[in-house]
Amino acid sequence: MGTFKIGGVVLKSLFNKPATLMYPVIPRKWEERTRGSIGIEEASCILCGICAKKCPTHAIAVAKDQRTWAIERMQCIQCGSCVETCPKKCLRMIPEYTAPGTEKITDVVSIPEQQKQPKPEAAAAE
Amino acid sequence: MGKRTIIPFGPQHPVLPEPIHLDLVIEDETVVEAIPSIGFIHRGLEKLVEKKEYAEMVYVIERVCGICSFGHGWGYCAAVEGLMKVEVPTRANYLRTIWHELSRVHSHLLWLGLMADAFGFESLFMHCWRLRETILDMFEKTTGGRVIFSVCKVGGVRKDVDNETLGGIVDGLNKIKAEIKGLTDVFITDKSVKNRTLGVGVLSKEKAMEFGAVGPVARASGVLQDMRLTGKGVYDELGFEPVIEEGGDCYARTAVRIREVFQSIELIETAAKGIPDGDIAIAVKGNPDGEFVARMEQPRGEAFYYAKGSGSKFLDRMRVRTPTNQNIPALVQMLQGADLADVPVLVLTIDPCISCTER
Repeated sequence: MGTFKIGGVVLKSLFNKPATLMYPVIPRKWEERTRGSIGIEEASCILCGICAKKCPTHAIAVAKDQRTWAIERMQCIQCGSCVETCPKKCLRMIPEYTAPGTEKITDVVSIPEQQKQPKPEAAAAE
Repeated sequence: MGKRTIIPFGPQHPVLPEPIHLDLVIEDETVVEAIPSIGFIHRGLEKLVEKKEYAEMVYVIERVCGICSFGHGWGYCAAVEGLMKVEVPTRANYLRTIWHELSRVHSHLLWLGLMADAFGFESLFMHCWRLRETILDMFEKTTGGRVIFSVCKVGGVRKDVDNETLGGIVDGLNKIKAEIKGLTDVFITDKSVKNRTLGVGVLSKEKAMEFGAVGPVARASGVLQDMRLTGKGVYDELGFEPVIEEGGDCYARTAVRIREVFQSIELIETAAKGIPDGDIAIAVKGNPDGEFVARMEQPRGEAFYYAKGSGSKFLDRMRVRTPTNQNIPALVQMLQGADLADVPVLVLTIDPCISCTER
């Protein structure tokens, strides 16, 4: 008997709980590696601009004179090139997407003045 | 002899995931001739090689297709690695093979769902896609992305997967294997499904070769052709043998893909057991100079990558030829003499990916 082969599966799904999640009532579980959005730790950024140079979509803009680091969230493809090349390791991949929006927003982060440069010996000790 | 009528099919049609237009010349209810036309979604991705450095270009090539994105990334990297005479570490090759085969499982499950949708079996469609979600979750866990992975780079891969996670993937696949079997049995044995596929759109072995069909379409017509036999990745070490069917009809094309799902799961299992420790990438120095051609077996068939460099960090030319491009002539052949009601199913059996084709 070839017909109704799927009967068992359909019957099972009648009594099982749904395969989908009731988002946003039940929040989405993010994986540790999820490439969500780029985050920056302002204090350790030295405004070298390597991230902007390495960004394949030119989403990052670094203005040394105004001491700002800016990212166009909609332009960013979360490839992680900036995170890999950052010499100070101040960029990181946050495993969560940014909120959806109706406008293309650029996030601008002010970079505080660096504290007095640590002496080479102190830097080596760290 | 009935009156000839031309019925436009597509580019917007419920069964088509992507736009292709067919002018169907019909007599009564039978298709006499099909004239395809594409060009609705050309994106000009190849031209971007002039603006993106060869290492950045991989992000663009990955976006040629949303389903076989990993395969395209690998194909491009293989072409550039060949150009620069780079030997990829074995562990990276294993990881590439595992991700590529996972892509095949999810691509075929997606296609099985679409196929079920084409003949109006909605619940089967939903269940195929439900199982596909499991694979997408595995991708997110290992690469960080569900569709675009960004893990392949010239010289290797960017992320390592520890053996424990690989074991988890194999367990996960074995867990859903029985469920996949339950669903695929419907395609193979259900009488109502067989009525729509058995003996429909027969493509003989000779015609398949004459029209240059590739991938599951060619293999369903008995043509032994699979680019995984050419030494890419680690398929030789995994004891890979292509799946061949003789029927040449929609049923055979479905059967080839179903068997490939299980074959891919086995390949992943063997690869996860045999993966050696070691580096996942090597540093690539210099700029590409010369010409190179790489061929990859994507879930849909053979894809062709041509790279030409002249010593600068920008390639001179990058060409991608995708499997659907090759299968459209075979589709036109299959459509001749088919019933008008079978056209959606026939179009689906070549697993059309028009975005790939037009790049």
